[in-house]
Formats: sequence, structure tokens, C-alpha cells
Amino acid sequence: MAKPAGSLYRGREGMWSWVAHRVTGVLIFFFLFAHVLDTALVRVSPASYDSVIDTYKNPIVNLMEVGLVGAVLYHALNGLRVMLIDFWEKGTRYQSQMLYAVVAVWVVIMVPGFYFMMLHTLQSMFGSA
Amino acid sequence: MATTQVPPPGRTVIEDPRTRRQRPSGQRSKTNFELYAWLFMRLSGLALIVLVLGHLLIMNVLDGGVQRINFGFVAGRWSSPFWRTWDLLMLWLAELHGANGLRTVINDYAERAPTRFWLKMLLYSSAVLVLMLGTLVIFTFDPTIG
Repeated sequence: MAKPAGSLYRGREGMWSWVAHRVTGVLIFFFLFAHVLDTALVRVSPASYDSVIDTYKNPIVNLMEVGLVGAVLYHALNGLRVMLIDFWEKGTRYQSQMLYAVVAVWVVIMVPGFYFMMLHTLQSMFGSA
Repeated sequence: MATTQVPPPGRTVIEDPRTRRQRPSGQRSKTNFELYAWLFMRLSGLALIVLVLGHLLIMNVLDGGVQRINFGFVAGRWSSPFWRTWDLLMLWLAELHGANGLRTVINDYAERAPTRFWLKMLLYSSAVLVLMLGTLVIFTFDPTIG
């Protein structure tokens, strides 16, 4: 099947960055729904809020937090890329290079980010340094 | 634009940018809603980069993560009008940005008109609930409750 010319959004970097933008966006939206509901418990009572937050204090939820931050960070960086494609005159020409820049910046932030976010879990599992 | 492009077999035609979209009803939209929605996604996106990444950095790293969080932590944070304003702005921009994003996703994938309608009603109801509840909590938070 011939590839239609003139679209950023068919195959390769253009399409996969768009797919990842959608998937992360939908995930973040559902997280936000849960996050507003759990925080709203501060209006009910300190005990109900604290009891729900306590269920988050374990390694599995800690790992999910890292996943959330990774999703938000990708969505933010790729959102900047989308704005540059829209508003920068050379944006479409460099769209795939900009995706590699997005991935590079993501890795550079997420590696120390993983360490600092997991510090408490790592210390509780392997002893504090 | 009166002609409709019919894709040849096995090929998808992607219209040129700025081609006027033919609506199934044949009518043109009377407002520029989609343009403003598109612009809003970019403007709110820029603001959210600062608001959300700042929030995540403070909450997950600088303030010691979820281990430190309890009612007293929230009370301390919301004693400052600066952070209450930050959170209110973040709530509204993130919920509207996300709701418009999901509206696009529903329009793309839900093909039957009733399915689109009810999914969007569910989406808009959840957005109103989140915005009203979140705003109420930020404005009426009482650190001496309980």
C-alpha cells in the first residue's frame, strides 16, 4: 500500500510520537480524576484522608508514581515539540530530530528522577546508606 | 468546496492542510470553537508544563514524596494563598486540557452517533464533577476539621 505523501502522521516518528502522546494523555486524565477524589477527602476528615494516603505508601505505588511522572514528562516534552511543529517555520522539517531530542531529555531527567523518587523504597529494601 | 474526494481503492487521501471540512449535514459551523480549542491546548499546555512539572518535582522529590504526606502536610501547604492559587489554576487548566483531549479521542474512535453522544456526556459530567469538587475543596478547606 502506497504511503500518502505530505503527512507527518503516517508511520515512523511522526505516528508513534502521536500514539504515545494520546496514550499518556488518557492515562494522565484518569489519574487526575482519582487524584482529585482522594484529595477531596481532606474535606471529610483527617482520618479518612490519611487512611487512603497510607495505602499509597508501598513500593508498588511508588513505582506507579515513577510511571506517572514518566508519562507526564513525555507528554510535556512532546507537547513542546508539537508547538514547535505548529509555530516554528522549520518545525515540520526537524520533527523527527525533535522527537529524538524529546527522548534524550526524557532519559536524562528520568534516570536521576527514578533514583530520587525511589530513594525511600530503595532504602527500606536495601538498608539506608 | 463542492467536490468530495473519493479515495482510489487501497489508498487513503489526506486532505491538504486548511481544506475546509465538509460536514455530513452540509452546514458550516457558525463558530470558531475548534480553533479556540486548538489554541487553548497550546496555551494551557505551556502553563501546565510549569504548574504540573513543578508540582511533581516538589511533591515527589523535594518534599520527600508520599511518605511525608498526611492531613497536616496538606494543611501546611494550603495555609499559603500562593499554593492554593497554584493548585486551583492547575486543577482548571489540567481538567479542561484533559477533557478536550478526551473529546478528540472520542470523536476519533467512537463511530456511532449515540455512542459519541453518551461518551461525551459521561466525559462532561466527570469534568464538571472534578472541577466543582476540586474548587469547593480548595476554597472551603478547614485545617481545624475533625
